[in-house]
Amino acid sequence: MKALAARRHHRFAPVVLLLLALLVTGGVYAALAPSPAQADTASTADIETGKKLFQANCATCHGPNAEGTTEAPSLVGVGAAAVDFQVSTGRMPMQMNGPQAEAKPRQMDEDQTAALAAYVASLGAGPAIPTDEQVDGSKGDPANGMALFRTNCAMCHNAVGAGGALSEGKFAPPLWDTSGRNVYQAMLTGPQSMPVFNDANITPDEKRDIIAFLDEQDQGSAGGLTLGSLGPVSEGLWAWIIGIGLIIGGAVWIGAKSS
Amino acid sequence: MSTTTTPPTAAEPTTVIGKSADYLDQRTKVGVLAKQLVRKVFPDHWSFMLGEIALFSFVVLLISGVFLAMFFDPSMALVTHHGAPATMDGQLMSTAFSSTLNMSFEVRGGLLMRQIHHWSALIFVAGIVVHMMRVFFTGAFRKPRELNWLVGTLLLICSLLAGFSGYSLPDDVLSGNGLRITDGVIKSIPIIGSYLSWFVFGGEFPGEHIIPRLFTVHILLVPALILALIGVHLFLMVLNKHTQYPGGGRTDQNVVGYPAVPAFATKMGGNFFIIFGVLALMGGTMAINNVWNYGPYDPSPVSAGAQPDWYMLFLEGSLRLMPGQAEIVTWGDFTLSLNILVPAVIIPGLLFTFLFVYPFLEAKVTGDHREHHVLDRPRNVPTRTGLGVAFLTAFVILALAGSNDLIATHFALSINTITWVFRVLFFVGPVFAFWVTKRICLGLQRKDRELVLHGHETGRIVRFANGEYIEVHRPLDEQERWLRVNYEARRPLEIEPATDARGVKRKGYKKDKRWQKLSQFFYEDRVEPVTPAELAAAHAHGEHDELEPAHDTPELVSGSGNVEREH
Repeated sequence: MKALAARRHHRFAPVVLLLLALLVTGGVYAALAPSPAQADTASTADIETGKKLFQANCATCHGPNAEGTTEAPSLVGVGAAAVDFQVSTGRMPMQMNGPQAEAKPRQMDEDQTAALAAYVASLGAGPAIPTDEQVDGSKGDPANGMALFRTNCAMCHNAVGAGGALSEGKFAPPLWDTSGRNVYQAMLTGPQSMPVFNDANITPDEKRDIIAFLDEQDQGSAGGLTLGSLGPVSEGLWAWIIGIGLIIGGAVWIGAKSS
Repeated sequence: MSTTTTPPTAAEPTTVIGKSADYLDQRTKVGVLAKQLVRKVFPDHWSFMLGEIALFSFVVLLISGVFLAMFFDPSMALVTHHGAPATMDGQLMSTAFSSTLNMSFEVRGGLLMRQIHHWSALIFVAGIVVHMMRVFFTGAFRKPRELNWLVGTLLLICSLLAGFSGYSLPDDVLSGNGLRITDGVIKSIPIIGSYLSWFVFGGEFPGEHIIPRLFTVHILLVPALILALIGVHLFLMVLNKHTQYPGGGRTDQNVVGYPAVPAFATKMGGNFFIIFGVLALMGGTMAINNVWNYGPYDPSPVSAGAQPDWYMLFLEGSLRLMPGQAEIVTWGDFTLSLNILVPAVIIPGLLFTFLFVYPFLEAKVTGDHREHHVLDRPRNVPTRTGLGVAFLTAFVILALAGSNDLIATHFALSINTITWVFRVLFFVGPVFAFWVTKRICLGLQRKDRELVLHGHETGRIVRFANGEYIEVHRPLDEQERWLRVNYEARRPLEIEPATDARGVKRKGYKKDKRWQKLSQFFYEDRVEPVTPAELAAAHAHGEHDELEPAHDTPELVSGSGNVEREH
């Protein structure tokens, strides 16, 4: 202790202390900070396959090294989740230009999608593909999911996820046939017009609650046919077509009966 | 032992029903009234049952509404909801919303009743609209029925009020959005707007009073008004007698039809059961206004596809079409929200003014003071029919504009383009619809003339000995001809000259001139009915081939007959 005490007025002491403090802070942060998710199971072979697939199918727009062009954004740092969402829903590779990339039958199978995701993830850290546990709606709370959906999602996707219109021909798609995994990934990565809902904004548990709420919609309505869950416009349309149609048909029938 | 009993005469009733009827009649003379009603003659046509759609839906509304009122709690106090549905369990909400959920999921038959009630409301207003269309296009609003048209229009407004106040009661997000729009509309009224809004909501929107207030409006005020107006409406209908379609033997002096009992009452009863059945079927199989989809009201969220029920959709569309730049900030920092005032107050105001004013306007430009009990065929009054279709076109375009987001998603279109197309269509569409309808009417009238003059084509070609071919035409029978010739082609008003005999300018000439201009718009283009002379001429024209075309008949008279009296 004497030696330490003797040197504490040394002119390098503040520098050493500062370095120590930085080391500790950095070490603690590295230990506690949410680790940027990585497709850690990806092998180098996967990455190589992914790179080849990328250059064959994606490089025209996204550039040979995914650095982006004037046509399409850079994919460095978008993470495996973004790739898995876009490719597994068939949105990418895009077939044609339009207001937005639309979901279509997927072009890449599971393995190819995984390889592409591994390659893009290897370019820079980004959100990883969620685990099955994270996207299992049966473990979530649909009531909390409803409250979150109402304040965060319903303004574009409709109150129960029937979809809605955006500007200039873009639209928020219906969510009933979307898998929990894709819903989760969309929130995490914010594809196209959709904003990003990161884990600080909507926590992973809350994301699962939203999936639980959407799962509830599969059960239909207690009231009968849902008429698309589109609200009063479709109700009014059916009131005129079915209701007034049947009733006027009845009136004509009664009128045709001889008195 | 009494010997004074007289033997029962033949007129005295013997059955239980007969005896009680007699008992009642001796004390109230109800038989006289009943006899009149029972023997009252009603003309028979399916389109005369359209008003019954509204009447019977209203009966269903009253019955199902009483049931709902037993379980609904119109309070905006906050509670935590426990129970079904899973998406609402443990959520904080108003008592009104919670009781709506309990009514739907806990009360036996509650959801069925709610859905029947809501479908009936949609059908009620739709019934009023189709009934009004029948009355308008056949000219049933003419003297002496103008007052009843006004009562009917008031009923339409009351039905909108009833629908709107009921729609808002569950206190869900969707109807809350509607109330927020209402609040905005009230606030857009210059000077008194913000005061009025605070008056209606009892403070700043949404406050804690609006649901109980709307409840009183919905279950007391408006239904009472509707019931009273229905009473007046039906009373006037009986008093004025029912109109009838044109046809052989039907005149303004008679009513051709069947007595109320048994024929008409049976049909009416049958219609009631059909309407009741359809409404129950819809309530039982088609989900409507599942409020738990929208969640309890909170002023922050608005979901995509937020629209009002169909009868308010024109208002929504009108708001969606209006460009936002019309908001003006005047001197002294006052805001004049023309972007809301024009679409939400002025345009609906114009539409309803048209409905209120039209019968009187038409009577004025026609110079018509006679009573009318025989209906017009829509083709025989082309301008009226055209105006009606133009009105409906404007209404439908606004309603479609209110659904522009759904049109965009379902037909893969750009919502911006749709909005611009509707902005143009709102002005162009009604004019175009008017023009097309009027032309179709005139065309149909010419076809009628053609038929009356030349008869039906039989398709039988005859060759004469001299080599001439003719097609044999079969003349119309009496009924067919009556229908086609028995109308009046109205002429534009004739007015007094601008100056009197001594060259002094006449007072009121300019006003008369303006009315004449309007009258010319109505009646300048017209197709005259075939006169007996024309018919005789056509018959005389070709004895051998029944009726040969008369080429020299000027069919469309334009611009004549409206000259001012010369001086």
